[in-house]
Amino acid sequence: MSGPHAEEVTARVKAHRHRRVPVWFAFPALALYVFVVLVPSAQGATFAFTDWDGLNPAKHFVGLANFRELWSDPAARGALRQTLIIAVAVTVVQNALGLALALGVNSLVRSRFVLRVLLFAPAVMTPVVTAALWKYMLAPEGAVNGLLGSVGLGSWRQNWLGEPDLALGSVIGVIVWQFAGYSMVIFLAGLQGIPADVQEAAAVDGAGAWQRFRRIVLPLLAPAMTINLMLSVIGGLKLFDQVWVMTAGGPGDSTETLSTLMYKNAFQFNEYGYSVALAIVLAVFVAVLSSGQYALLRRQERAAR
Amino acid sequence: MNNRYTVRTLLREILLIAVTAAMAFPLYVLVNLSLRDPRDGGSVIAPTTSPTLRNYADAWREAGLAGAVVNSVIVTAVSVALIVVVSAMAAYPLARVTARWSRWLFLLFMLGLLLPFQLALLPLYQTIRDLHLLGSLWSLVLFYSGLQVPFATFLYTGFLRALPRGYEEAALIDGAGPMQAFWRVVFPLLRPITGTVVILNAIFIWNDFLTPFLYLSGGDQQTIPVAIFGFLGQYVSQWNLVFAGLVLAMLPILAVYFAMQRHIIKGFAGGLKG
Repeated sequence: MSGPHAEEVTARVKAHRHRRVPVWFAFPALALYVFVVLVPSAQGATFAFTDWDGLNPAKHFVGLANFRELWSDPAARGALRQTLIIAVAVTVVQNALGLALALGVNSLVRSRFVLRVLLFAPAVMTPVVTAALWKYMLAPEGAVNGLLGSVGLGSWRQNWLGEPDLALGSVIGVIVWQFAGYSMVIFLAGLQGIPADVQEAAAVDGAGAWQRFRRIVLPLLAPAMTINLMLSVIGGLKLFDQVWVMTAGGPGDSTETLSTLMYKNAFQFNEYGYSVALAIVLAVFVAVLSSGQYALLRRQERAAR
Repeated sequence: MNNRYTVRTLLREILLIAVTAAMAFPLYVLVNLSLRDPRDGGSVIAPTTSPTLRNYADAWREAGLAGAVVNSVIVTAVSVALIVVVSAMAAYPLARVTARWSRWLFLLFMLGLLLPFQLALLPLYQTIRDLHLLGSLWSLVLFYSGLQVPFATFLYTGFLRALPRGYEEAALIDGAGPMQAFWRVVFPLLRPITGTVVILNAIFIWNDFLTPFLYLSGGDQQTIPVAIFGFLGQYVSQWNLVFAGLVLAMLPILAVYFAMQRHIIKGFAGGLKG
């Protein structure tokens, strides 16, 4: 634009700009967010320093007693241990499988469109439903053992969710089964953003398939990797639905997570203050691990550029 | 890359189909057993010889799924609509005003992405109880809207910042009020990101179990995950019946998924890129 008219218009627009973008547009969202998230979170933080049972009006300030108890409570330490194992194992296996599947369905295979849809389907299913399904699949007389028996591997039959040594691994397997397609879709979006001529140029220069993957594809996938790792770590740390339906934390407390222990303390043991202390520990873990991981991955992303 | 279908491609295709088949095996078992008469003691892997729909009729009645489907649809639709409206509006000043308060407000919203919802879930439970909203669907709508506003506002603000101001400014010069300029001009331009916000939130809200399990307990309202959880406890060993219930519970979301899979897969990847 040029000429006096255009300048006049620009000036008018500038003068109007701030007045014409109403500040109050942000208020409904802010009100909901403050009422539902900020105020209760702050309240939660204060409840953690009390002995409140969640029912009686009586509550006393107990300082850091809940956190000290948490440190010495074998149930809480166990839950913390299981939560971290789940988060790490799910993150590694789910993303390795998701990446392999993404590379597969990004190739020229004829069935790629059908496979993408089928592999992603479990990720949209209700976790309570898939967990109920797997509870049956993994039962002593369930389909997994049935399948093992019918292919001559009867000696491998196990009580997958009933043995303390196996239950945690079984839970991790179910989570990976449900969300590998989710990782796949995000990696696929990353792969499709890599220009084909970059790979072609490398192939012409004599780079082998593995080298092309290691030196070109993987670095360019860094943003997708960041999102995937963040999502699976956070999801793994917060895991509740699937554990609650399949094992409710058992057998013993072999699959207890911070989330299930929190629920039990708040609504079954009437240890409300203690439960909120657990929630705070979970919050700190999520915040520290995810922001640390984010910083690290972003540095790698920049290095890759 | 080479663009021919080689023997290697064929081997890769066979491997991928095998992996997909293995991952779909539980779904086969699910449907297979849901069609089977409970007295049929055949192998769980073999296809059912004389399929029946009786389990479905029984499960539909026993699990109270009719009411649960209606409740899930209401909660999901109202929450998602509310999230879209308030977040898109909030993003407008956040993206357009460069004053310092605008940046602080944006950071305040982003804090919501860090706080795990379990922290607010329990104290809010008390507030909802004091407001006598426990057992009401509105408690869920309120919770999901407040909880998801930060993420939706984040997506909208990022999208709006990249959107040129030309259109809305033209509308303002033509004498449109800010409300008109926003809803008639800006909001329609946000359509791609609105699609992502709708898909991500609808899947999350539809599938969520812990929140309705807490906030609806004691009342007679249920959403699908809660109804299925109760049903599961009640008929724990009658797997044929339970499986018919599970199929019914996942039919709505799978139907929507298969109908819209192109958009959904794109929405997932696109939204998470932001």
